[in-house]
Parts: sequence; structure tokens; C-alpha cells
Amino acid sequence: MPNQKKYWKSEVELNDQSTLADDLAQKEFVQKLPEDLLGNTELPESDTSRRDFLKYMGFSTAAATLAACEGPINTSIPYVVQPEQIIPGIANYYATTLIDGFDTASILIKTREGRPIKVENNPDAPVNNVANARVQASVLSLYDSMRVQGPMQAGVDVSWDTLEANVAQQLMMLAEKGEEVALITPSLASPTTNQIIKDFQAKFSNISHHVYDALSETAALNAFEKAYGKRALPSYDFSKASCIVSVDADFLGDWQGGGYDTGYAKTRVPKGKKGKAEMSKHYQFESNMTLSGANADFRIPTTATEQQFVLAALYGALTNKSYPTSLSKALKAKVSEIATALKAAGKGAVVVTGLQNEDAQRAALAINELLGSDVMDVRQNTSLRQGDASQINQLVNDLNSGKVKGVIMAGVNPAYTLPNADAFIAGLKKADLSLSFSMKNDETAVHCQWVAATPHYLESWGDVEMKMGHYALMQPTIRPLFDTKQFQEVLLKLSGSSQSYDDAIKAYWNANILGGVSFNEALHDGFYVTTNSNRLGYRDNVDALMQRLIRAKSKAGLELHLYTKTGIGDGQQANNPWLQEFPDPISRVTWDNYLTVSKADAEALGLNNVSQSDGALDGSIAEIKLNDIVVKAPVLIQPGQAVGTVGLALGYGKTAGMKSEMQVGTNAYPLYQNFNPVQTVTVTATSDMHEFACTQLQNTLMGRGEIVRETSLEIFNTKDAKYWNSMTQVSRDHEEIDVTSADADMWQAFDRSIGHHFNLSIDLNSCTGCGACVIACHAENNVPVVGKQEIRKSRDMHWLRIDRYYSSQDTFEGDLETVENISGLGDSLSTFNKMEDPSANPQVTFQPVMCQHCNHAPCETVCPVAASSHGRQGQNHMAYNRCVGTRYCANNCPYKVRRFNWFLYNKNDEFDYHMNDDLGRMVLNPDVVVRSRGVMEKCSMCIQMTQKTILDAKLEGREIKDGEFQTACSSACGTGALAFGDINDKDSEVAHLKEDNRMYHLLESIGTKPNVMYQVKVRNT
Amino acid sequence: MFKDSFLAHLPLLLLTLCFSFAVNAQEPDIQKGKSLFNANCAACHKLKKRAVGPALAGVSAKYDKEWLYSWIKNSTAMVKSGDAQAVAIYEEYNGSVMTSFPQLSNEDIDNILAYTDYTPPAPAATAMSAAAPAESGGGFTNDLILAVLMLVLAALVTMLFLVNKTLNKIAAANGVEIIKKEKRKRTPLWKAYAQNPFLVFVTVIFLLLSSAYVGYSYLMQVGIDQGYMPIQPIHYSHKIHSGDNQIECKYCHSSARVSKHSGIPSLNVCMNCHMNIAEYNGEEDLEKGYTKEFYTNEIKKLYKAVGWDESTQSYTGETEPVKWVRIHNLPDFVYFNHAQHVSVAGIDCQKCHGPVEEMEIMYQHSSLTMGWCINCHRETNINVKDNGYYTKIHEELSKKYGVDKLTAAQMGGLECGKCHY
Repeated sequence: MPNQKKYWKSEVELNDQSTLADDLAQKEFVQKLPEDLLGNTELPESDTSRRDFLKYMGFSTAAATLAACEGPINTSIPYVVQPEQIIPGIANYYATTLIDGFDTASILIKTREGRPIKVENNPDAPVNNVANARVQASVLSLYDSMRVQGPMQAGVDVSWDTLEANVAQQLMMLAEKGEEVALITPSLASPTTNQIIKDFQAKFSNISHHVYDALSETAALNAFEKAYGKRALPSYDFSKASCIVSVDADFLGDWQGGGYDTGYAKTRVPKGKKGKAEMSKHYQFESNMTLSGANADFRIPTTATEQQFVLAALYGALTNKSYPTSLSKALKAKVSEIATALKAAGKGAVVVTGLQNEDAQRAALAINELLGSDVMDVRQNTSLRQGDASQINQLVNDLNSGKVKGVIMAGVNPAYTLPNADAFIAGLKKADLSLSFSMKNDETAVHCQWVAATPHYLESWGDVEMKMGHYALMQPTIRPLFDTKQFQEVLLKLSGSSQSYDDAIKAYWNANILGGVSFNEALHDGFYVTTNSNRLGYRDNVDALMQRLIRAKSKAGLELHLYTKTGIGDGQQANNPWLQEFPDPISRVTWDNYLTVSKADAEALGLNNVSQSDGALDGSIAEIKLNDIVVKAPVLIQPGQAVGTVGLALGYGKTAGMKSEMQVGTNAYPLYQNFNPVQTVTVTATSDMHEFACTQLQNTLMGRGEIVRETSLEIFNTKDAKYWNSMTQVSRDHEEIDVTSADADMWQAFDRSIGHHFNLSIDLNSCTGCGACVIACHAENNVPVVGKQEIRKSRDMHWLRIDRYYSSQDTFEGDLETVENISGLGDSLSTFNKMEDPSANPQVTFQPVMCQHCNHAPCETVCPVAASSHGRQGQNHMAYNRCVGTRYCANNCPYKVRRFNWFLYNKNDEFDYHMNDDLGRMVLNPDVVVRSRGVMEKCSMCIQMTQKTILDAKLEGREIKDGEFQTACSSACGTGALAFGDINDKDSEVAHLKEDNRMYHLLESIGTKPNVMYQVKVRNT
Repeated sequence: MFKDSFLAHLPLLLLTLCFSFAVNAQEPDIQKGKSLFNANCAACHKLKKRAVGPALAGVSAKYDKEWLYSWIKNSTAMVKSGDAQAVAIYEEYNGSVMTSFPQLSNEDIDNILAYTDYTPPAPAATAMSAAAPAESGGGFTNDLILAVLMLVLAALVTMLFLVNKTLNKIAAANGVEIIKKEKRKRTPLWKAYAQNPFLVFVTVIFLLLSSAYVGYSYLMQVGIDQGYMPIQPIHYSHKIHSGDNQIECKYCHSSARVSKHSGIPSLNVCMNCHMNIAEYNGEEDLEKGYTKEFYTNEIKKLYKAVGWDESTQSYTGETEPVKWVRIHNLPDFVYFNHAQHVSVAGIDCQKCHGPVEEMEIMYQHSSLTMGWCINCHRETNINVKDNGYYTKIHEELSKKYGVDKLTAAQMGGLECGKCHY
């Protein structure tokens, strides 16, 4: 019998009269839903029930899924009116100039379909024609999604008319009251802007112009003024140098604006007849390990106090006067050795110093005058640094005391870069008018009443006087992306001029500079040179200052040397992921700044570096105390750091106007008291540890001379190449034969004598490790940024890395000897263990390594799907669409140059860098594929560029000349260390380099026959 | 087809007829006038519509003939002399100067004016309907033959049946017994089949193989859009432009000569011609609805996109870029360069894009698969003529391979990295 039992859901059902039960069975809500639900009054009356909704929903989802089976519809939108110069698919190049108060460079900008995508050197320009890593990366800062997109008042968007009218009115009011308004700019060195500011001051007499450089060269400027009567800096031509003495001047880095590596490298390759080859000699006294120190023949770690003594002692030795110092015996001996070398070098000698001490700077000038140095040029002096530290300190006081009532800032960020930023911000808030012309809503802009959005330099007009008589022009390479105006434009308007800034430049140049030469020609070239120069007489008396120098006393505590890193510099481009992920050339650390400490000091202070099991590095966090300022920074033990000194990079720890991923490191500007990079601090260890992301954790070569070959100039000159660049021997039939000979080869030879055969030569002598090639490669090849966590897991994607090796003895030669003298297994174990640690003052070499494009490539033979194959022209091809991601090739590559896409790095919120936003993706090179997840990638020897050269030649029906073939790295290299070309063209530079007796291949003994070759490093020791 | 073109030319024929009489009577020659008009005036004038200059139909009625003679021969002089009518026109057209035609004789001008005054008679409506029903003749006879054959067949079948029936009857009458075969019990075919393991095995293998084949063929065509013919925002007929009007492909797709992209022409390129061609006067395809109005309307879409105001003959500045649907779409990981194929190799556009000059609606002619590319690279010799780049390498390589002419493949055109990077 069926169960007749009825179950009641509620007592309501018992009530026959109630309709509630029926209602509940039909509807979810018995009561009427609130009428204003979602603000839709029609909804409650709608017949559509929830069920219907789900039905439609389900149907449309299914339909959409089905429809998605069809291919997407792509649209192509042509121009309405195509600009004459633009042909889709063909790049245009424009000459322009970068100046941002820190870097200055004459460059070419490659644009595709109107988008700037790459920075190239402008080889025709006579000065500053090489783009360093930051300049190379600056194109990405154009597409920074954190840029200010229009003028703002107190954080609210306004129109330019509102801003201009209000600011003009406020300026008028302040002028009537006679209140001072400060205009703060970085060193502009722009003749037209100077004129515009003068006109602006003529209109508003209460405007005072302050030049503020975040990194001050005040001491050097004052010294030059005392010595020559003009506030400027000398220019240096290191290509004329035969003996260089640098006292804490990182002239291969950012010393006095940088840009000296091109000239320097010219003298660093041994040249001349066989047996009588010559190259310059470079002595470096320094505290931190810098690029200059790493490239020096002799690097002498010293404290700042010792460096002052060195300058005085050098002057004394050269003038036969006695300046008694407390230098150690060894240092005294070194100084007299250097004095002899300087005297011998005569006009080719030069002494430079980076000490922010007027006396030290004057001493260096005096020595150069004494030597009659040709390297230092005071006539064609430069005004790229003009800032006066005392002026800025005064201004901060005046703002707080109410003496200055208004501030207009352009291109500066004092609230971040000033050591007394808090005082500045307090003063800024008191001002009646505060206006910042800025690209970012940065630390300063957020405290200003008005923010005037400025264009990136690639959207701007401008001019620069690089040095006396050397002018350069800046032109826009794209229309402004946002509603921006240059500050010159606004000043012109406020001054009542109807001229635009570009017209003003043109008028000024035609009237004052060009002397009849066409402006368009100068604009096309990007520069113009006149014969202008100063006749300056030396008139300094230095005896008294030498006395002051030798009286210098070191204070108790550690000497902190603040410096700027090759990647981030002064911090302007801190939101640039390319630069954040750029491994520091010396420490190979990415995404961080850190306190560099010598091993001895670290042990004394209880600071340590710990390697994790996966190879990643951790460092203790130290507390750095300067008076009442406390800054915390992780510690990195730095070989070569002078004992008693520590180093910390500026430019990090920025937070305003930055993506959260990019807010890394510690702000060291608070320690930059009185604009002096040398401070006495106390450092204490904390119990916390910091996680570093390094791209290289091996510090030494362990005596493996096959990887980096080097010799001394003396051996190079006196001995046969077989001695210092010996070919590895293998035994065959009990006979020693060269490893490269055909008998030792198990591979079939392929005839590559027809057509092109590309080779890349890397000269270890002229490579300074500057890293411009790394960023150029990033830009050219759409290399993704992977972020700190991934780098820590050794998943970096750089196609080109610059390995840095320290010697574990004092020299690499010593390492080789140690290895040779090993006897027995026990000895080898303990010796090699010791050799892992670099010396306290090691020799350093840089070795750029990219895919070696082996003719007998181990990677090609193991690919199960033939995704990697060899071309006749010598390139190892990588077909991404064919790759299935087995990673066999990476395992089998002896050079470890293959990179795997562990994730999708574009359009992925997990990797919120430039490839994740529409704006950032505009920098991508349309000729190179953006790789996807699960695909192996590596250096292609810029096949898109070699192919372009070939295809152009075919189109024009001509042969290809030497120098036309380039890769991104070789064309970015300012020192000529990287040379690329066709070795089948027997007259080409690279063919000659292949025959050079300095040539060797990396790991020659494994028989991979690479198409990348290296030139033996020769040290002038 | 013939009918259509005949109708289209009917008015012209009538015209010619008229002329043959007219010439005798020393009247102005309308045919001559037409060709003169097309050669000299059509760039700026239309008959019934204002273009750069005024519409010219009935112009002789508006102005005195002598005035027209001197205006056409030298308009500038007339404006300068202050002739009231001349100045009025000059000002109406914003001071644009009409080109002087001193080479035209008065007789020429008479001819032109005769042409501009001429109104073609309305086409004879009778001619239109006359030819209509004649069409289906061929179809009718075919059907008839088929029907007759069917009838014959049916008759034969009936006869056979009847004969059989009669024979059976005779046999029954004569007492002949027709032995009917006794049906033996046999296993049904399907059972026999199912019990034969070999047959089952063969069938299963066959089924597996054929389904694998079908599956593979299906998968291999995924992403191949051969024949893809999307509807474009403007019905642009390559047939009319490239076929009927013989416009060279690279006139519009000019970047194909120098760049990797062939480029979709920007709208200002269209306006080079369409500034003067505001309406379509060519052939129509009534079946598909491609009437003159239809095409003219498409030209209007162009004007809207480019911001061209027909009434004032000027640009308004309001533009709406056209979103063409992309047809030939290579994957991102393929590098293809038009200039190398068009300019260096000298390959016709049609080789890959098919008979574009016959395409009313553009479609993808080739499969654009890698196999298709490779095949061509294997078969095609490189074009070394007068190309300095190839001189040395071709000589050396052809010696190496022992051939007279190298194919693209032998030059390295099959290497992965030549197209994938």
C-alpha cells in the first residue's frame, strides 16, 4: 500500500484558506520586493521570473560558447588621411635629445606607425651620443600608466585655461604684494628656456629662479669657479688619456653626468705594433665597488679621508713639496708610483675626483693644470650641472619662514630627493601658490595646489647646450598621449607671449646659434656645433687647501658612501619595470637597493648573507643611524668594499605615483645631508632578514680560465699568443691535437662559405659592464619582465646577461696558479671550497653572455619537435610556435642562455608590468613575437634586424656593406665592445676580429663551434 | 548578358543614329562633344550636379554663346576685366579659377554645349518587356525527352510483368508445375558477419582509420579561413575598381611595394578619384541587388567616413575611420613581407590573392597554410634579374647545387627562422 502520509512543511499548509502555501510553491518571495531595487521600477511588474532569467542566461552562455568556436573577427582601421612619412610596417627615425636633470644624451628614436619603440645611439652627434641603460629604457617611461593625464587642482581634474588663469591671477597678486615666488628647475642647460625664464622674470619681478639638482655637484662647480672664474664643469675626453687616476670618481657611471665610457674604452684596447702594443693605465681609489673600479687596472679601496690625503700626497709628489699624511706605507708607495706614471704620461695624464669637497675638487684641477692634461678641457666646459646646494637649503628656510610665498616647480621632486624633505613639505604647505609641472603624481605633486601635467621628453620640444658650442635639439616623436603642456609653453603664456615653445626655439636658434644654417637641418641631425669656447685662465692658489686636506680627520663610525645605481639612477624612472629588473652590473641584484658592506665589517657587526637551499640569497637587515635619522636597509656583503665604509644607493623607496610592484627598496635621500654623499653613520644589525633577487650567485670563476681569458699587457707584448691564449688540446691516437681541428670533431662539417655568416665579437677589454645592451635587447625583443619573486627563483628572462666575476686571489692569475698547484683530491676539495669566496679586493671582469649560436648546437639535437634548428647564416633559430616546452634544450645548453616562459607574462594581472596594460604594450616591437606560456626563448641574434638588412638590400638591388648588419646589443654598445657582422665578407671588421690573436670561444673544448667569440682581456698591470 | 549590355547601350545607339543625320546638317556633333567633355571638362564638371564647378546641363541657355566662348577660352581675363557674370561665378565658387582652354575652337565648344544640352530620350519601355519569356526553351526540350523516356520505360516494365503473368497462366493451364525452391534455414547475414572475427576486425580497423582520417582532416582545417568572405562596412567592389576600371592593385595598396604590409588604403586615396566620382554609372546586377543606387549609396558611406560635404565640395573635418574586416590574417608568429614578394620576386598579386579583379566581394583565395607557403618556395625560382644583391650568392650557390636557377628554398627559404621570429 502506497504511503499516504503527508508531510507538512509549515503549519500554514494546514490552513486551507491561506494561499500562502501555493504562493510559496510558485514564487521565491511572497512579499513584494522593494520598488526601488536597482532603481528599476519596471522590474517587479516584469513577467520574467528568476527561472526564466536562468534559462536565458544558460542559453546565452551556451550560444556565446558555441559562437566562440568561430575565429575572432579582426578589424583593420586605416588612416583617414595617411601622413606622408608614415608607411605601415616601415620604421621612421627621429633625432632628439634626452635631458632630465640627471642624464643627457643625443639619441635617435625608432618609431613604428607613429609609436616610439626604441632608443638608438646617434653616432653622428659629437658629444653624449651614447644612450646608457636608463636612456635606453626611457622609451618605456613614455607609456607609464601612472602618468598624470591632465592638469589638476588639489587632485581634481581641471582645464588648462582654469589652471593658467588662476596661476596668472595668483602670480599677479603676489607680485603686487612684492612676495617672492621661487621657480625651481633642474639644470636645464637650455638656451631658449633660459631666455623664456628671463622674460618671465621680466614680467613678474618677484620670481627667483633656483636650479636644483637632486644629485649635487656643488663642490665641483664651486671649485671650477674658484679656479677659472666661471661656474661650470670641465669636459673630459678620455680617448686622449694614457694614465687615468680617479679618486672616488665613478666616471664610467654617473660622475658629473656620465657619458665618458665611449672615450675611455678607446684607450683600453691594446693597439700598436706587435710587441709594442699600448693601452691606457687606470688607477682607482674608491670606497664602494663601482664600474670604474671594476674596470681599473689597479683598484685601491680607501676611505674618503684617505682619498683626501691621496690627492694632497699626489700633488706633493708632483711638485716635490711635502704634505705629511697619515697614509699607510703601502698607500704612500702606491701614490709615488702613480705620481711617476702621471709624470711619464704628461699630457695624456688626468686626475679626476668625485669627492664632494671643494678642496679635493680644486686639488684635482690643480694637478691637471700642473700636468698640462689634454684630457681635461676647460674651454669647452659644460653647464649640465648648475645646481647650488646652499640656494636650495636657503629656499627651504625661506619657505618655512614665509619669505617665499609661492613655488613653481618643473621636473623636480624635492619632497622625495631632498634630505630635509619634511621641512620642504611643511614649507610648501605654507605657500600661497604651489604648482608642480610633473609627469607623475609624485611626492611633491601630491602636496601642491596645482599639478600641471607635463609631456614625456619624447613628446616635447627642447634644446640643450651639451658643452660650449655643442647644441642639441629635442623634438616630439609622437603626439602628446595625454592633455599635457610643457612648462616653457605655460611660462610663455603667463609672460603674455603668443608664441609656442617650438616657435620660440626656432626663433632663438635662428637669431643666436645657427648663423644662417637651416633650422630644419639642425633638427634633422639633432645637434649643431659652433666654434664657441671660453678662454679661461687658471688662477688658483692651492697650497692652503692642501694643508686643509691633510688635516682631514676620520670620525668614529662607518663612512657611508651614497651612490646611484646603473639601473635606477636618481630614481626618476623608478616606475620603469625594465630598470627595476635590470641586474646591477656589480652586485647582480635586481629590484633592490642594499647596504654594501665589506666582509670584515660585516663579521664585526654581525651582519650576514645566507644562501637558501634553492640558491636564493637572503641578507640581514641593518639599521643605519645618522644623528636622529634612521634608515633600514638589507645588507649585501660586497667584495672590494673599503673596510670602514658602507655604500647605499639613492633612488629607491619611492612610493608616490608608483605601481605597487615597483615600490621596492629603501629611500636613502634622508641620509644625503648637506648634499654630501659621504656621511658618518652607525650601523647596527637587526634580527630580520631580507630576501634578495639576484641573477648571479656565483662570484668567482674557481680558476676556470677557459671562461674568461685574461693576461697582462707585458705578457701580451712579450709572449706568443699560444702562451696566453692557448687552444685546448685533446688526445687522439696518443697525440695532442687542437680541439678545434677537424680530427677532433664528431660532427659533419657544413659549408657556410656561401652567403652571409654572422658572427658577434665581444671584446672583454672595452666592455665596461654598463648594461645598455641588456636594456636594448629587452626593448628590441619584447623580453618580458617577470618580477622579483620569479627572479629569486632564477626564472629571469634576460636574453643577454653580463656575468661579473671576482678573483678569489688578488688577481685572476693568482687563481689560475692556485688551481695548477692543487695536488690530490683532498687538496682540490678544500682549495676549491676556498676559491668560492672572492678576495677582499678582487679583480673584476664582465662577460656579456647571450646565445652563442653554436654551429654544432647541443640544444638543437635534443629537441623532440625540431623547434630549434640551425640556419645557414649561423643563427640558431627558435620556432616558438613549434616549441612544446620540454626544456630539454635548456638542460643541454652549456652556456645556460635559454629562457623558459613559466607563465603568461602579458595580459596577466599576476605580472602587472608594462605588458599588462594597453599603454605599456605600445612599446612592443611589432616585428618580434610576444611569446606565450610554456615556450622556450633565447637570443635570436636579432634575426629580425639581419633579415631587415637583407630584405632592404634585395629591395634596393645592391650588395650589403660592412656595418649594415647590427644586433640590438651591438648597436647599443657605445664602447665598441660588441661588434657584429658577416665573416664571409673578408674585409669586414668582424672577419678581422675573428682572425685576431686575442680571439677565443667560450668553452671551446666542448666543440660547440659558437658564432659568438670573445677577445682576451688584457690588463695593464 | 547580351541583353543587358544591349539595353545599356540603346540610348547611345539612338544617339549615334541622330548624329549620322546631324553631321549632314552641319549641326554640332554630340558624340564629339561628349569625348571633348570627358577629356577637358569632366574633371571638374558634371552634367546635372555641382562638383568643383557648376553643373553644365543646359548651360547654353543661361549664358550668351559669345560670352561662353570667351569664358571657356580665358576665364581669368574675364574676371579681371570685371565682367559682372564672370565675377559672380568667381565669387560663388570661392575664388577658384577655372582652367583656361585656349586650344578649344568655337566649333569644339559648340559640340561640347550640344552634348551638355542633349537630353537622352527615355529608353523605350517596349524593348524591355519584349525579350523576357524567350528564355526557358532549352529546359523545356530536355524535360520532354526525359518524360518520354520515362513513359517508354514504364511501358516496358508493364509489358514484362504482363508477359510473365501470361506465361504463368499458360503453364498452369498446361499443367506444368513450377517448382518453387524450398527455403533452407540459413543464418542471417548480420549474424554470420558478427560470428566472423576476421571481418569484424577488418571493419573495426577500417572504421577507426576512417574516423581518424575524418577527425584529422577536420582538425587540420581549424583556423584555415580559405573562402572567408565577410561583410564589409562599405561594399567595396574589387571587380569594379580592379576589373572594370583596370586600376592597378598597387595604386591603392601602395605600401606593398616597399613594406611588409600591403596596407589598406587610407581614405584620402579613395578621394583622389571619388572627389569627382560621386555616383555609380556602370553595370548593374539586379539579381543580387547591386543597382546603381546601391553603389552610389556606398560612395556616400565613403563621403560620410572621410567627412566630405558634397554640396559645398569641401571637407567638414568630421571623420569616422572605416573598420574594415580583415580577411587575410596570418598568425602573429609568422613574418610575411609583401615588398619581397611583390617588388623583389615580381610575383603577381593574383598568385596568392586569386582573381581579385573578378571579386565583387573580396574573399580569401588561398589557404595561407605553411604547407602552401613552403610549396611555393620549393617551386619558385628567385628573380635575380638586375638585382645586385643576388649576383654573387646566386652564382656561388647555383654552382654548389648544380642548377641554373635557384629556388627560394635553395636560397634558404625553408629555414624556420626566415619566417618565425
